[in-house]
Amino acid sequence: MSAVSGRRLADWTQGTEAIVYQRCSGCGRVWYFRRGFCPRCGAERVEDHLASGRGVVHAATMVHRAPVAALAAAIPYLVILVDAEEGFRLMAHGERELAIGDAVEAGFTHLAGRLIPYFRRRG
Amino acid sequence: MSWITGVGLTAFGRLEGRTTLDLMAEAASAALSDAGLERREVDGVLCGYSTTLPHLMLATVFCEHFGLEPSYAHGMQVGGATGFAMAMLAHTLVEAGIARHVLIVAGENRLTGQGRQSAVETLAQVGHPQYEVPLGPTIPAYYGLVASRYMHEHGIAEAELAELAVLMRRHAAMHPGAQFKEPITVADVLASRPIAAPLKLLDCCPVSDGGAAFVVSRERTEGAGIRVRGCGQAHTHQHVSAAASLTEFGARTAMERARATAKVALKDVRYAAIYDSFTVTLAILLEELGLCGRGEAGELARAGHFSYDGALPVNTHGGLLSYGHCGVGGAIAHLVETAVQMTGRAGARQVKDASLALLHGDGGIMSSHVSLFLERVR
Repeated sequence: MSAVSGRRLADWTQGTEAIVYQRCSGCGRVWYFRRGFCPRCGAERVEDHLASGRGVVHAATMVHRAPVAALAAAIPYLVILVDAEEGFRLMAHGERELAIGDAVEAGFTHLAGRLIPYFRRRG
Repeated sequence: MSWITGVGLTAFGRLEGRTTLDLMAEAASAALSDAGLERREVDGVLCGYSTTLPHLMLATVFCEHFGLEPSYAHGMQVGGATGFAMAMLAHTLVEAGIARHVLIVAGENRLTGQGRQSAVETLAQVGHPQYEVPLGPTIPAYYGLVASRYMHEHGIAEAELAELAVLMRRHAAMHPGAQFKEPITVADVLASRPIAAPLKLLDCCPVSDGGAAFVVSRERTEGAGIRVRGCGQAHTHQHVSAAASLTEFGARTAMERARATAKVALKDVRYAAIYDSFTVTLAILLEELGLCGRGEAGELARAGHFSYDGALPVNTHGGLLSYGHCGVGGAIAHLVETAVQMTGRAGARQVKDASLALLHGDGGIMSSHVSLFLERVR
């Protein structure tokens, strides 16, 4: 886990194999969706952090109907919400057998040509 | 003080050749006729959005088309909560003396105007564009995530959720305007095509064409009057990834805010109009609002508690699940049905007592909540 104040870390949404979250230097709030200020206290001193990729499955749904034609070939796929050990929650894909409460670890895969996080059960 | 003085509702379903403006106009005509109002008497207009007619000024477009020159008008967007949010605003405008008769209208040819796949694509874009949409979720998938956690924590079985789909279908069979009237069983729901586990096709509302409208006025109608007792909202998040909890949402907060202004007791509610985009939505809302205990909705539905002739009738027109869902008009249909019940005009599906009603809508992924209390005054 590395903290880099003031520097933007690249993550999977930009095609880099990494999950990045943010922390407020003022109040300590942790969150996932990138922004330039703290959504709790408003402070603009925000740090990017690289997540360990470890977490626990909070919710899971096997998607059988694709939202767009380009994903029709990929179904069914498991969409999950993972509670990351650093205290934020993220949406990802996971291996089919995953269930709520499973300890998981992040890897990456491609969906319709885009990099996405993909979680497997932690052994 | 404000009153619901007129309501209008089209049939929902596959209405070939009808545009958004056609459906809005049909519903608005019916509502004005029900209220006994001429067009020139309408001084406020609120309308919902339409995915088949995205326009910066839909209320103005509608007013020009329909022949209205109000002193106050604009569109609103709060997803599925839009209809009841417009009711709350109309109530506020009337109480503030801004308008005397506010026409609230929504309509959309969501089914035939774009095709079902296009509707699925449009709706899926409510996800976060960077952190969710690339993962290929659908609206049912967002709700599938919620359902998985809610069912996990409260020990709810899929067959229990299915009871709510069966109930909505049974009610729809008694309404000539409903999209789906063919009776279904729990086994039918369980055997229907998987969409986003644990949700199957019959756990999901359909995509429909339709329109709905109502009028909020400063003075009551003769006979049975319908008074807006109180309204409340709560907005806790937009995206499911950012929800603080998947088992506690803003519904209770919105209802408590409405209850505080209405000065009524929840136990005195005799009719409930509750947003039912999915069976799980209806279960969670009934439970969180306190109309039954956590995990009890399905079991009570099976026992007839929420039937039109039960202790607390819910969505006697068939709800979004079976009357249909045309966007903003979908939840307005819940309000129209409540008014029809309160004025004793529901025919074969008339409930015994609709003296006090709780209406609740949610937009997004249990994100935006609006509660209304309506009271019948003789």
